[in-house]
Amino acid sequence: MKRAFFAVLTRDLKIAFRRVSELANPLLFFIIVASLFPLAVSPDPEHLRSIGSGVLWVVALLSSLLALEGLFRADAEDGSLEQLMLSPVPMGVAVLAKVAAHWLVTIVPLVVLTPMLALSFSLPVGVLPVMAFALLLATPTLSVLVALGAALTLGLRRGGAIVGLLVLPLTAPLLIFGTRAIDLGLYGESTAAPLYLLAALAVLALSLGPIAIAAALRVGVE
Amino acid sequence: MLSAENVAIWRGDRCLFEGLTFGLHPGQLALLVGPNGAGKTSLLRVLAGLASPTFGRALWHGVPVDALTPELRGQIAYRGHLDGLKKDLTVGENLHFHAAIWGGSADLALLTDLKLEAQADVRARYLSAGQRRRAALVSLRVAPSPLWILDEPMTNLDVDGRATVLRWTDQHLANGGCAVVATHQPQEFERRGALVIEL
Amino acid sequence: MKLPRWFHLFGSPPFVYRLAGILSPWLGFLACALLLVGAYWGLFATPAEAVQGEVYRIIYIHPQTAYVGMMAYVVMAITAGIGYIWRIKLAHAVAVSAAPIGASFTACALVSGSLWGRPTWGTYWEWGDPRIMFETLLLFLFLSYLALRAAFEDRDKADRVSAILAVVGVVNVPIIHYSVLWWNTLHQGPTISKLDSPSMATVYLIPFLIMVAGFTLCFYWLLLKRLRGEIVERERGTRWMQELLQGGAP
Repeated sequence: MKRAFFAVLTRDLKIAFRRVSELANPLLFFIIVASLFPLAVSPDPEHLRSIGSGVLWVVALLSSLLALEGLFRADAEDGSLEQLMLSPVPMGVAVLAKVAAHWLVTIVPLVVLTPMLALSFSLPVGVLPVMAFALLLATPTLSVLVALGAALTLGLRRGGAIVGLLVLPLTAPLLIFGTRAIDLGLYGESTAAPLYLLAALAVLALSLGPIAIAAALRVGVE
Repeated sequence: MLSAENVAIWRGDRCLFEGLTFGLHPGQLALLVGPNGAGKTSLLRVLAGLASPTFGRALWHGVPVDALTPELRGQIAYRGHLDGLKKDLTVGENLHFHAAIWGGSADLALLTDLKLEAQADVRARYLSAGQRRRAALVSLRVAPSPLWILDEPMTNLDVDGRATVLRWTDQHLANGGCAVVATHQPQEFERRGALVIEL
Repeated sequence: MKLPRWFHLFGSPPFVYRLAGILSPWLGFLACALLLVGAYWGLFATPAEAVQGEVYRIIYIHPQTAYVGMMAYVVMAITAGIGYIWRIKLAHAVAVSAAPIGASFTACALVSGSLWGRPTWGTYWEWGDPRIMFETLLLFLFLSYLALRAAFEDRDKADRVSAILAVVGVVNVPIIHYSVLWWNTLHQGPTISKLDSPSMATVYLIPFLIMVAGFTLCFYWLLLKRLRGEIVERERGTRWMQELLQGGAP
């Protein structure tokens, strides 16, 4: 099982690195949308600081939606998804490996980038570690949710907009706890509570999510 | 080993076929023939456990195919219309991946058998349709699968490729495996005393 | 998993169709009667409340619709889950029928809540209120379920895919509920007088409960109505439905 997990993981990583241009798209989207806010709202640092964490969270949410909504589509089209399903590998394990691979190559760069963007929104340096840590804890859950959306819409010719519709309402707790952690950090209070809650959600999503995703994929390839 | 009980498949409000019952014992070949749209592919997907029939059920070793244990599931090899190759990986890498998830060993001699040894380091994207089809056949052999389910295995293959498929099938049957093959050229397989299922 | 024998009767469309046909007029009558009695009692036969005056009378509509909306989601998720696991098409039909009703009740709760909010808080919409946020998200969950179904042309696929979404949604509902609740208490928290104060005087409580019962029955009445329609649609190719449709009366 471990062998199969790493086989799927390394395969997807390899493919991702051979298509680097596609990797960069969600990242560019993230940067561009985030830089639209100072243009649209106000370049005033005071103002930017108050909306900064919220803006970055929402944009990170949308970028990961963009990055992962087609997670299973290529595999379904070339038939490797049905081969994976027929193989002795439990589908949940394969799903987890795929989500892990895409989290590593698309979401982690995003998390690395966020503190820099946060600085441009005049957020104090002190909250940057909290922000990065909160994002690291929240994005696995987010990836599982988007992967679920991708799996649910696999049978449709186009996923796109509807994946957002399915996934975004479910991400409300992540957004709430994530921005809460940063707000508490800004006031210099303990940020442990929301971070623990984000970690709890990640455990829940990573343990139950792959089962739901595997079930959805079964319907999708039929 | 493989059996179908009273299987019926409906597409929307239309019945493709119904009341299909058959059993396969080790070393036996079943040929699935019928015009386009008769439900050959649908039936094969049901037998492989990828889809569920409208009525009836398919069993492998007495277990419904959509509820197989991982070990039993690993005994069934299915080759459909899609070749299941990642286009951004080389033929060799695809072979290694198959071996890793099916629990077999990546034997590069298989590529020689398929006359693909020169393409081992070529990405699947740059293969011709026929070469891709051959590369897909590798997965039948990376791990021993007692049951082969093949959907039009001869498509896009040249004389040589067809001969390989027949040779492999013969060896497979001689070793006690069984196979279900959907084909438009049943005469190619017929001399092997197959069970012919007409849809 | 094995199910008891009688349970299979509920998987038989003709049986359920007829049962729903028998039950629905009774439920409808009872629901209307309770709603009329409760509405009259609540709107005319009880005194105005000390703090909020006449505005308080929203408690005869708003909490009930919110509650029915949540109940509808649970009914939808449970029946969808049953339909997925045991492959009972009729269970899917119930889930599909519950969704638009639940969405409507949730929308009613939002509208009635904001109508109450205007005279009480001075605003139709208060983003800081956890209950408004929760109801909004619940409405989104209903709508995403309906949107996912609508995107599939094949009904069987739509059934199974949307069932997974409904079950995932119902696991998320408590998480969303508590997260918006904590969100509010973690914020400075606008001190809003609680609508459902823990101890309600009996004068208000009796019509309140009558309305709860009335709205609940109303939901099941509508559910049976929609279910019958859904069965006709799903079974139109079968012989019993052909005979029924040609025979005229149900």
